[in-house]
Amino acid sequence: MAQIFHRSTNFIARFSLFSAIFLGGLALTGILALARSPYFTRQNIAREQPVQFSHKHHAGDDGIDCRYCHTSVESSATAGIPPTKTCMNCHSVLFNNAGYLEPVRESYRTDTSIPWVKVHRLGEFAYFNHSIHVSKGVGCSTCHGPVNQMPLVFQANTLLMQWCIDCHRNPEAALRPLDQVYNMDWKAPADQAKIGHDFAVQRKIRTTVELTSCSTCHR
Amino acid sequence: MSEGPVNSPEIPRLPRVLEPGYNYASVTDKIASIVLTRPVSMGWLAGFSIAFVIMMVLLGSIAWLFIKGVGIWGINIPIGWGFAIVNFVWWIGIGHAGTLISAILFLLNQQWRTSINRFAEAMTLFAVACAAIFPGIHVGRPWMAFYMFPYPSTMGIWPQFRSPLIWDVFAVSTYGTVSALFWFVGLIPDLATLRDRATNKAAQIIYGMLAMGWRGSARHWHRYQSAYLLLAGLATPLVLSVHTVVSFDFAVGIVPGWHTTIFPPYFVAGAIYSGFAMVLTIAIPLRKAYGLEDFITMRHLENMAKVMLATGLIVAYGYFMEFFLALYSGNKFDLFLVEQRLHGPYSHYYFALILCNILTPQLLWIRKVRTNVAALFIMSLVINTGMWLERFVIVVISLTRDFNPGAWGRYQATFWDYSTFIGTLGLFVGLLFLFVRGLPAISIAEMRELVAHKSHEGHE
Repeated sequence: MAQIFHRSTNFIARFSLFSAIFLGGLALTGILALARSPYFTRQNIAREQPVQFSHKHHAGDDGIDCRYCHTSVESSATAGIPPTKTCMNCHSVLFNNAGYLEPVRESYRTDTSIPWVKVHRLGEFAYFNHSIHVSKGVGCSTCHGPVNQMPLVFQANTLLMQWCIDCHRNPEAALRPLDQVYNMDWKAPADQAKIGHDFAVQRKIRTTVELTSCSTCHR
Repeated sequence: MSEGPVNSPEIPRLPRVLEPGYNYASVTDKIASIVLTRPVSMGWLAGFSIAFVIMMVLLGSIAWLFIKGVGIWGINIPIGWGFAIVNFVWWIGIGHAGTLISAILFLLNQQWRTSINRFAEAMTLFAVACAAIFPGIHVGRPWMAFYMFPYPSTMGIWPQFRSPLIWDVFAVSTYGTVSALFWFVGLIPDLATLRDRATNKAAQIIYGMLAMGWRGSARHWHRYQSAYLLLAGLATPLVLSVHTVVSFDFAVGIVPGWHTTIFPPYFVAGAIYSGFAMVLTIAIPLRKAYGLEDFITMRHLENMAKVMLATGLIVAYGYFMEFFLALYSGNKFDLFLVEQRLHGPYSHYYFALILCNILTPQLLWIRKVRTNVAALFIMSLVINTGMWLERFVIVVISLTRDFNPGAWGRYQATFWDYSTFIGTLGLFVGLLFLFVRGLPAISIAEMRELVAHKSHEGHE
C-alpha cells in the first residue's frame, strides 16, 4: 500500500506541535504587552491643543502656582480647567497683540470656551477625587509628572488600574509634607518610608483593605 | 471478576459482556463499518437535522442574549442564578459518568466498561461543552468572561481566589482538559485502524493525522498503556473533585438550603446518578440503531441500572438528611426552608423531584425492570428530569425565600431561558450524532483485548 504521508510530515508534525505552543505563547505575550503600551494607555504622548499653551513656561519659568488656574483642586473631584478670563487676567496686557493668542482673545470676545483637549482621561466607571488626594498630601507631580517641564502636557503615567492600585496598596511612598504638594520638584527623601508612615498615621489614611476595596473607586 | 466467582451457580444467569462468536476481525469490522462503510441512513440524517435546528435555536438565543443582556432571562435580584446555573450544574453532573466509567472502572479492572467507555467519554466532553457555555453567558458582560482566568492583567488584581466560583473555573477547565486528553489517547489505536481501513484519500489523511503515526509496535503499545493508566489515575480524583467544587458554589454561601456539609458527597452521587442515566439514554438507542446488542449487552445495561440505584439511594439519603438536619438543629431558617419546599410556591417542583429521583428508581430493585430495555430507557429520562428538578429546587427555592421577607422574590423562566436550555440539548445530541458517524463509538482496540481474553478462557 502506498504511503499516505511523505517523510517530511514527521518534521511538520513536530514543528506544528512546537509552534502551537510557541506561537500561542508569543501571541498572548504580545496582547499583554500591547495592553500596557502607549498605544493603548496614551502614556508619554503629547496632545495638540487649540492654543499651544506651555506649562513649562507658565508653571516652570514663571513659577505660577498650579492653583492659580486649577482652582478647584483642593475642594472638588476635578482640578478644574480655567475659564478664558483667567488667561486674560495677564494676557489683556501681556502679549496682547501676539498672533498665537488670538484664539484666546476670540474666546473672550465671543464668550465661548476654548475647546481644550483632555489629556488625562479616566474611565467613567472609576470614581476619582482630586481634593482627597491633595489634602492627604499626594503631590501633583506624583501622578502628573514634571508638568513644569512640559511644553505640551502629556500623560506621564499609564493611568492603568494597576498603577492606581499600586499606590493604594502602599500610599506611604507618595505622601509629602502638606506644603510640598504643589512643588513640582519635590523628591522623596531617604527616610520617606518613615516619614510617609508618620504622615499616614497623622492624616488618618485608611487601611490598604479600605483603599483597595472595589467600591472605593467603583461606586 | 468479569464473570463472578468460578463456582458460583450464578454464572449461567449473568449475561455476557460480549456475545460469543466474535474474533479480532469481526469485532473490528462491525465497529469500523459504522464509520467507514455504512451509507448515511435516513434515521441519522433526520436525527441530525433536528438536532442541528435546535442547535441553531441555541445560537439564536445566545445572540439575542448578547444583544439585549441577561434581562431577557427570568433572573432578577434576589434570584440572580436561575436557569443558567441550574443547567450548568445539570450538564456538568452528567459528564461524571463518563469519567467514572473510563477512569475508575478501568483502574478497578471492570471489563464491562469496555464497550461503553468510548461514547460515555464523548458524552462527558459534550456535556462539559454544554455546561461551560452557561457560566460564560451568565456573566453580565460575556466578552469579559476571560476575567475569570488568572492572567497578568493591567488591573493589578487577580480573581478572588477565596471564591468557590473561581475554584469552579479551575475544576471545570481541568476536567475538560483531562477528559479530552483521555478520550484522545484512547482513540489513537482506533484512529490508526480507521486510517488503515479507509478507502478514500481524505479519510486516510484526516484519520492519519489524528493517529499521529501510530504503527501498533510493541513499543507503541507499551507507552500507550502507561499513558492511559497515568491518565486514568489523573482523571480518578476529578470524578470526586469537580462536583465537590460545584457544590461549594452553594455550600460556601450562607443561604439556607445551601450551607450544609452534606453537599459535596450528595452532589457527587447525584452527578454519577444523572450521568449513568444519560449513558443509558444514549446507549439504548445507539445499540438498537447500529445493531450493537452483542457488544452493549444486557449485562451493561443492568450494571448501569445498579449503579443508578445505588447512587439514587445516596441522593435520597441526602434529601432526607437536609430535612433531618433542619429539624435536628432547630435552625428557624432551615426549618422555614423545609416548609417552603413542602408548601411553598415551588412545592410542585419538589414533589416532582421526589417522584422522579427517589420513588421511580426503586423499581430498579426488580430484576425484570432492570433487564427491560424500554423500562430502563424511560427511567433514564425520568431520572435526568429529576436531577434537573433537583438543581432547580436548590437554586430557586433557596434564593426566592431567604432570611428577610422584604428581600423575597419569585422566579419565572422566560422563553429565552427555555430556548437556551433546549438549545444545549440540541448541541449535545448533534455532537453525538457527528461523533457516532465520525469516530468509532466503541473502542475497537479494547474490544479486541476482550476477544483475546475470552479465547484464553477457553470455555466461552
